[in-house]
Amino acid sequence: MTHGLTTPTATASDGQRRCDPLRTARVVAVTPETPRAKTFRLAVPGRDLHLAGQHYVVRLTAPDGYTASRSYSVASPPDPDSDQIDLTVERLDDGEVSTFLHDVVEPGDELEVRGPIGRWFVWDGATPATLIGGGSGVVPLMAMLRLARGTGRTDLVRLVLSVRSPADLYYAAELPGPETTIAYTRSAPADAERGVGRLTTDDLAPSLLDDATVYICGSAGFADAASELCLDLGVPVDRIRVERFGPTG
Amino acid sequence: MARFTRGFTGRRREQDDRLPPGQYDTGRSWPVLNAEVTPKLETATWTFRVEGLVEQPTTWTWDEIRSLPPSSFHGDIHCVTTWSKLGMSFTGVSVDSLLGIARSQPSASHVMAFAHTGYTTNLPLADVTGGKAWIVWQVDGEPLPREHGGPARMIVPHLYFWKSAKWVAGLRLLDHDEPGFWERNGYHDRGDPWLEQRYQGD
Repeated sequence: MTHGLTTPTATASDGQRRCDPLRTARVVAVTPETPRAKTFRLAVPGRDLHLAGQHYVVRLTAPDGYTASRSYSVASPPDPDSDQIDLTVERLDDGEVSTFLHDVVEPGDELEVRGPIGRWFVWDGATPATLIGGGSGVVPLMAMLRLARGTGRTDLVRLVLSVRSPADLYYAAELPGPETTIAYTRSAPADAERGVGRLTTDDLAPSLLDDATVYICGSAGFADAASELCLDLGVPVDRIRVERFGPTG
Repeated sequence: MARFTRGFTGRRREQDDRLPPGQYDTGRSWPVLNAEVTPKLETATWTFRVEGLVEQPTTWTWDEIRSLPPSSFHGDIHCVTTWSKLGMSFTGVSVDSLLGIARSQPSASHVMAFAHTGYTTNLPLADVTGGKAWIVWQVDGEPLPREHGGPARMIVPHLYFWKSAKWVAGLRLLDHDEPGFWERNGYHDRGDPWLEQRYQGD
C-alpha cells in the first residue's frame, strides 16, 4: 500500500489547534426535516467560526451531575456575521441524547456545546469537491453545498445522495438543484428519471469533477460501498475522505 | 459548576466503574470509525517495522511476527466519541517483545505509530512499554476483521482508541513528540480517557 493521508489545507497552525471550551448555547428554533430528523438552530455567543464539515459535541447534564455527550455535524455554512449554527439530529430509538433532543428540547432551552471539532472532513470552499452521502450522512455535506451556493461557487461542488425514499430526504425543499443527484434505494417519486436501487458507478461518474477531493459520509457499510465505487472509477485513494456515522445515539 | 440541562435525568445510569467519565457501554456493537478508505491488505506482503532511534531497525513479515511469543490483553477499550466496549480480548505480540529485539536508544522518548494507509498517531514511549501496548491479529478468538484494522492493528487500551492505529505498519522512535493525524486535526496529544483528554487543550 503506498497511499497516504495528507494534511488538509484547512489544518490550522499549532497555535490554533486548541479546542474551544464548553459554551452555553440557546435553542433558537427546532425544525423537523423528516419524521425522524430535526434541525436545532443554536445561538452560540462567542463561538469559533466552523469550517464546512465540522461537528459539535452536545453535552447534557442531569441534576446529579451525570452527563451524556454526543457529536453532531453542523449543517449550516460558516458565516462570519452569525453566531448561530444548525445541528441536524436523527432520532435513534435507543439513543439517550438524540431522544432527549427530539422529545424534550424546545426553543428557549439552553444546551452546553463544544466545538467546532475535526479538521479532516472539511472543505475550504475553494477547490473541487465531490460529496457522496448516505441518508443522515448528508448533514456535513449540506454545510459544504450551502457554502458553495452562498459564495456562488457551485461549479466546484457536486453532491450525490443516497436515501431510502422521498420521506427520508433531509432539506427536501432546498437540496435539489443542478449540482445534486438523488438516488432513491427503496421508493422514488413518480416523476423520478432514475429507477430505485443502490448507488452505482453510473450515478457517481458524472459528478466526479476533475481533481476533486471526494467526501463520503454515511454508515460504515455505505462508506465502504461508496469508496469501492470511487476506486472502481479510478479515483486515487488519497483523494477520498471518509466520515462514518455510527449509531451512537 | 455544571449547568443542568432542563428536563434531563439520563436514561442509563451506569455504575460500572470500568467506564471512564463521559463514556457509555456500547454493549455488543463495535462501531467502525475511520477517516480513510478501508484498505485490503494481504498477509503475504504485509510487514511491520520498528525504526528510528533503535539499535537494530527491524522488519517482520506476517509469518515472522506471528512466530514471536504470543501475548494477550483482556479488558476494555474507550473511543473518544464516548462509547466504550467492555471485556474484550485481543491476541498478538506485545510491543515490549518487538522493542526487545529492535532495542530503543537511550534518547528515544516518543513513538509515532504509522499505518499502511498513511494514518499516524503519536505516543510517549512510556505508554507503549511495560505491558501497555500490543500488535494484535485476533479479537475474541477470531481473526481481526478488516474494518477493525485487520490483518493487524496496534492496541493501546489505556488511551482513547484513536491511538490504537488500525492497519498498523510500524513504529518510529523519536527523541521528541510530534502530532499524528488526529492530533494535528484537533485531538489531544496523549488521550487519557480517565482524565477526559479528548481535544487539544483538555
